[in-house]
Amino acid sequence: MIMPNMSLKKNPMPSQAPDIRNKNFSEVALGYSAETAIDEAKRCLHCKNMPCVGGCPVKIRIPEFIAKVAEGAFEEAYQIIQQTSSLPAVCGRVCPQETQCEAKCVRGIKGEPVGIGRLERFVADWHNAHSCDLPVKAEPNGHKVAVVGSGPAGLTCAGDLAKRGYDVTVFEALHLAGGVLEYGIPEFRLPKSIVQKEIDNLKALGVKLETNMVVGKVLSVDELMGEYGFEAVFIGSGAGLPRFMNIPGENLKSVYSANEFLTRVNLMKAYKEDSRTPVLHSKRVAVVGGGNVAMDAARSAKRLGADEVYIVYRRSEKELPARAEEVEHAKEEGIIFKFLTNPTAILEGENGMVRGMTCIEMELGEPDASGRRRPVEKPGSEFTLDCDCVIMALGTSPNPLIKNTTKGLETQKWGGIIADEKGLTSREGVYAGGDAVTGAATVILAMGAGKTAAEAIDEYISSKQ
Amino acid sequence: MYKILRKKELNPTVTLMDIEAPFVAKKAEPGQFIILRVDAEGERIPLTVADYDREKGTVTIIFQIVGGTTERLNHLNEGDFIQDFVGPLGEPSHTEGLKKVAVIGGGVGCAIAYPVAKKLHRLGAEVHSVVGFRNKDLVILEEEFAAVSDVFKMMTDDGSYGQKGLVTDALKALIESGEKYDEVIAIGPVVMMKFVSLLTKQYGIKTVVSMNPIMIDGTGMCGCCRLTVGGKMKFACVDGPDFDGHEVDYDEILKRASTYKEFEAKEREKACNLFKKEVR
Repeated sequence: MIMPNMSLKKNPMPSQAPDIRNKNFSEVALGYSAETAIDEAKRCLHCKNMPCVGGCPVKIRIPEFIAKVAEGAFEEAYQIIQQTSSLPAVCGRVCPQETQCEAKCVRGIKGEPVGIGRLERFVADWHNAHSCDLPVKAEPNGHKVAVVGSGPAGLTCAGDLAKRGYDVTVFEALHLAGGVLEYGIPEFRLPKSIVQKEIDNLKALGVKLETNMVVGKVLSVDELMGEYGFEAVFIGSGAGLPRFMNIPGENLKSVYSANEFLTRVNLMKAYKEDSRTPVLHSKRVAVVGGGNVAMDAARSAKRLGADEVYIVYRRSEKELPARAEEVEHAKEEGIIFKFLTNPTAILEGENGMVRGMTCIEMELGEPDASGRRRPVEKPGSEFTLDCDCVIMALGTSPNPLIKNTTKGLETQKWGGIIADEKGLTSREGVYAGGDAVTGAATVILAMGAGKTAAEAIDEYISSKQ
Repeated sequence: MYKILRKKELNPTVTLMDIEAPFVAKKAEPGQFIILRVDAEGERIPLTVADYDREKGTVTIIFQIVGGTTERLNHLNEGDFIQDFVGPLGEPSHTEGLKKVAVIGGGVGCAIAYPVAKKLHRLGAEVHSVVGFRNKDLVILEEEFAAVSDVFKMMTDDGSYGQKGLVTDALKALIESGEKYDEVIAIGPVVMMKFVSLLTKQYGIKTVVSMNPIMIDGTGMCGCCRLTVGGKMKFACVDGPDFDGHEVDYDEILKRASTYKEFEAKEREKACNLFKKEVR
C-alpha cells in the first residue's frame, strides 16, 4: 500500500507566464511531469464508494486509473480510462472538473480535490507520445450505424459503438473532424494536433470518417437508413447557428460572430503569418457575452495583437457563465471586463469599419425564469466604448438543416431535437444527443449523451434480432 | 480528394473545370453552390454549380482568376486533385411555374445564370437572355446561352462585340417594346444586380438576384455571409443565395465585400510569384 500524500493543495499546473502567452497561440497549461503526476496521484484516498466516478458523465473508473499512475504504470492507467472515455486528452483539458468529478472528491472537503483532470490529461498525453500499440479492433458484429457530426457527442458515440463491434461511419460537414474541438476551442487551450490524434485513435478502432458531407443537403437521414443500409443514426450535429442582437450597425465590416472569428482563427489557422484565410487584426476589440466562447474569442483577439480587449457582459461577475479558470486566465492576460453593460448600437467609422459601440449600464432586478437576476437598463447611463472590432458571443442554437429534411423528426420551438433520456428521437432508430438536443452546453455533457445513445443503439439493434 | 476530369479556358481570366464529385452531382440543382479548398493549407471559397452530370458524377465549376486561391486553382490541370469539395449548398433557384423570364448575366455571373436559363428552357418557359461583358475577349458561354434562349442579347461595355452598352439598356428596351416578364433573374457583379433591380422596380417586375458575399463554412454556422433583405438579417449560404432584388441592401453588401481587400491583394501577389518561379 502506497502512503497517501496528505498535502492539502493540488500540484500546480506549470503554465506559460501571462504576458508571454498572450502573444502566442501555444498551449497555456504545460502539463504535469511524470514525477508530479505520481505525486498528485498519491493524494487519492481510494474511497470505497468512489464519489468522483458519480461526478463524471462518462463514469471513468477514476480511483483505478489513479492507482496505476501512482505506481508509474501509465499505459495501464490509459487502458482503464480508454474503456469508458473516447477522448481523454481532450476531456482532461476542457472539462469543468470543478463542477464534476473533482467537485465530489473527498479531499476537496478539507483542501483542494485531487487533480483528476490534470492526471487524465497526463495519462492520455503520455499514451499518445509513447505508445505505438494500435488499439485492438472489436470483432465485427455485422451491423451498420451512421453518426452525423464529428463533435464530442458524435465521436464518443462512434467510439463506443466501434468498441462493441459496429461498423460505424461518421459524416462531417466541414473538412476536418472534431466539431467545436476543432473550430471553436482555441489552440492555446486545446492543441489541434491532440484533437486529430484522438480522432486517429478512433479510426484505428475501425471508425470510418467521411468529411465534406453535409447531411440534410448531400444525403438525408432517410437515405442513410434506406439505400445506404444504416440500421440506426445518431445525430450529433451540435448547435452552431450564431445569434446576433438585432442592434444597428451589426453588419458593419469589423463585426464578427464568435463562431466566424474562432473558425477563421482555429479551423482555418488565420493566426498564422502565412495563412491563406484572412482575419482582421484589430487594436481595440469588444467581445459581447460572458460564456467560455466569449473568453476564447477575447483571448484570441489579444493574441492577434490587440492592445485592448473588452468583455462586455450585461450581468455581474457572479453570473458569468464561463468557467472560473477561464475568467482567471483572461484577467491575467489583460482582458478588461465591463460588467453590467449592454450594447445598444455599433457605430460606423471610416470605410464601413467599426469606430465604437454605444452601451448602457445595467442593474440587476428580480430573478427571471432562469433564476438569475434580470438585468435592467439604468436610464441615462449611455456611453460610447471606443473600439474598432466587435465580436458577438451571445450563444448559438441548433442548425435547422437536419430537422427540415428529416420527416417526422420532432423538435422544440427553439430548434432542439426532442429526445428521451436515452437519446431516442420521435423516429425509430434515430437517436440524438449533445447540443443538437440541449442547445449550447459543454463538451463533457455532449460526450455523456453520445455514450448513453451508443448504449441505447446497441440495445435497439440487439433486440431486433 | 476530388479529381479534375476536364479543364477548359473560356477566356484569358475564366476557366471551366469538371470535378469528380458523385455525391454532389447526384443532388445539385441550378442556383446552388459548392465550397472548395485547393490544398491542405487553402482557404474555403464558394463557387456556384455551373452544371452537373448525374450519370458521370461530375460537377462543373467556372471561376474567374481574381486572387490567390483562384490563381492556385487555375494552376491545377486535368488529373490533379482538389483537397475539399463540399455541396450542394444553399437553396436551388426557384424555377417552377414561371412562363416567361428575362435572365440577365454579367461577366462571370453568366456561369451562374446559364444553368438557371437552361433549366427554365427545359421546363418550357420562354427565356429572354441578356448577357454583358466588358469586351469581346471576356465573352463566355455565348453558344450555350443562345441555345436555351428564345431571345438572346449580347452587350459589351466598349461595343467590341454585340451591342454597345449595359445589360440594363437591353433589358429596358425589351420591357419598353412590350415584353411582359413573370420574373427577371439577374446574376453578375453586385453593382449590375443593383441597377437591374432599380430598373425593374420602376416597372414593378419581380426580380431575383444571386448574392455572393464572403463565406467560410457555407452551412449557416458563422454569419459571415449575412446581408440585409427587407430590413431583416439573412445568411446568404442557407437563406439564399437567391433573394428578392428589390429588398436587398446592395450598398451594405459592397462594403462588406471589401473587408479583406488588402490581404487579398497580397495573397494574389504571393500566388503569382510562386508560379513565376516554378515556370523558370
